[in-house]
Amino acid sequence: MTTDYLTVEDLSRVFPGSRGQAPLVVFEHIHFGIGQGEFVCIVGHSGCGKSTILNVLAGLDKPSSGVVVMDGREVSGPSLDRGVVFQGHALLPWLSVTKNIEFAVKSRWPDWAAAKVHKHCRQFIDLVGLTGSEHKKPFELSGGMKQRVGIARAFSIQPKMLLLDEPFGALDALTRGVIQDELLKICAATGQTVFMITHDVDEALLLSDKIILMTNGPRARIAEIVVNTLPHSRTRHDIHKDPQYYRIRNHLVDFLVTRSRELSHIAATDIEQRYPPEVRPGEEIDETISMRQQAARPPVLYAI
Amino acid sequence: MIKSLNLRAFMVSILLTAILLLGWSLVTQPGGSASSKVSPEYAAMMGGNSANKSGLPTPAEFWHTVRDQLSDPFYDHGPNDKGIGIQLGYSLARVLAGFVLAALLAIPLGFLLGMSPVMQRAFNPFIQLLKPISPLAWMPLALYTIKDASASAIFVIFICSLWPMLINTAYGVGSVRQEWLNVARTLEVPALRKVFLVILPAAAPTILVGMRISMGIAWLVIVAAEMLVGGTGIGYFVWNEWNNLSLTNVIFAVLMIGAVGMLLDMLFGWMSRLVAYKD
Repeated sequence: MTTDYLTVEDLSRVFPGSRGQAPLVVFEHIHFGIGQGEFVCIVGHSGCGKSTILNVLAGLDKPSSGVVVMDGREVSGPSLDRGVVFQGHALLPWLSVTKNIEFAVKSRWPDWAAAKVHKHCRQFIDLVGLTGSEHKKPFELSGGMKQRVGIARAFSIQPKMLLLDEPFGALDALTRGVIQDELLKICAATGQTVFMITHDVDEALLLSDKIILMTNGPRARIAEIVVNTLPHSRTRHDIHKDPQYYRIRNHLVDFLVTRSRELSHIAATDIEQRYPPEVRPGEEIDETISMRQQAARPPVLYAI
Repeated sequence: MIKSLNLRAFMVSILLTAILLLGWSLVTQPGGSASSKVSPEYAAMMGGNSANKSGLPTPAEFWHTVRDQLSDPFYDHGPNDKGIGIQLGYSLARVLAGFVLAALLAIPLGFLLGMSPVMQRAFNPFIQLLKPISPLAWMPLALYTIKDASASAIFVIFICSLWPMLINTAYGVGSVRQEWLNVARTLEVPALRKVFLVILPAAAPTILVGMRISMGIAWLVIVAAEMLVGGTGIGYFVWNEWNNLSLTNVIFAVLMIGAVGMLLDMLFGWMSRLVAYKD
């Protein structure tokens, strides 16, 4: 775990109960790591604290206990090192597309000359395919275009890590597919480290290297971490042709439908929490080998 | 459709104007039924030759006055005889001075209250207590402490413009969307830059609503304030013409007050559109 770029250790978040009610433990004993250049998705039902975890990683929320360490430094507040794409795009509605991105770029490099800022913004507007809409205000854009601006804004500050809070949740399926492809392309080109919340199993399979599965809240925990064994060259059009695709997909759907609930009633051991079991659905042989190799870590394995 | 809607509304407006003018002519017609309601003594007091009239000018007489007044609005024949333009100018200057002073205090203070829940709660009792006080109730205290009638009128305008601007600024600043503030936080935007580039534009429409209400109230109050302090201004003009028993001039002044108030409101409406944003 020491090689991970970002490490989350024993994170928990408790909301104080209002008017004599018991405090609400959203999640506790969360441990995981993200390697440099890795794309990690977190999947779980509403109320398992996914957004809270992301907010803690962003530095917008403080954990009740535990630490987040990125690149050797503890995360203690928001930082330009971590770009956030918000669920509701969060564009400033009185600024045009260019101005919204310029606002971010000027915050990142206050000393840059106007021409340099402009050129830099152009590059990212082109990257997300918004050329021609630079001077439009957010209300003139469709939902998909707004989200592209949000992505361009987050990428433009060239953060060490990108945090995406269900960025495509509000988009129609067609637009979502197009932007997913673009995100995949951009991440592959830049080697961006990404942490993303999603409800969409197919989206997680297409984009991620690793999928963190959360049990149902309250007192949510990491049930397991699914390694996405699909080849990196996957695209939206051919991903479903890989036989492995359905094995992983079924595993994820099965988890969301039944096991996320069942597991929420079962307390995990300390060691399970510290080292959430890594599973590779459809690759039982690999798992046996890894189990022998890591005898000190007794993971609970679920395989199809 | 919109064009025809506007056209139809315009026709009705014309009709209403015609009805009003007709009613006015009937009431003020020489020998009309209205004269019987007025006692001969009162009629005599209102002007010797109008014994058979209501005492109000006919539309034609009124029109002559309007034309005379507006053809030379800036004449100055001593303290009791100044053109309507000069009088309105005095009033506008006082309103502007009081309003600007109020804005200079209310907007920064509103930012403080909107950004700090502690300050909001600490100031709230004072605002709730002071807000419902009629601005004219401050007049004796103002006259006693400032010892200058004109400055006291400005103070009264200041105090009545303060509250809507203060409350709206605090509300607008306090209800800036958390997600916009989060954007600023994740971009590590310095405090002043955040205030001017995120909070101010986000709250500007609400702040302008407060300024518009304040200006409306200030224009209502200045007339009453000038009736009290005297000397110059449109309020004084109305009172002076009443003392001169010139109802024509009183009506003329009343309409001018309405017209200027309407223009001021339009000005703020235009400014609101400048800072408005669609989400």
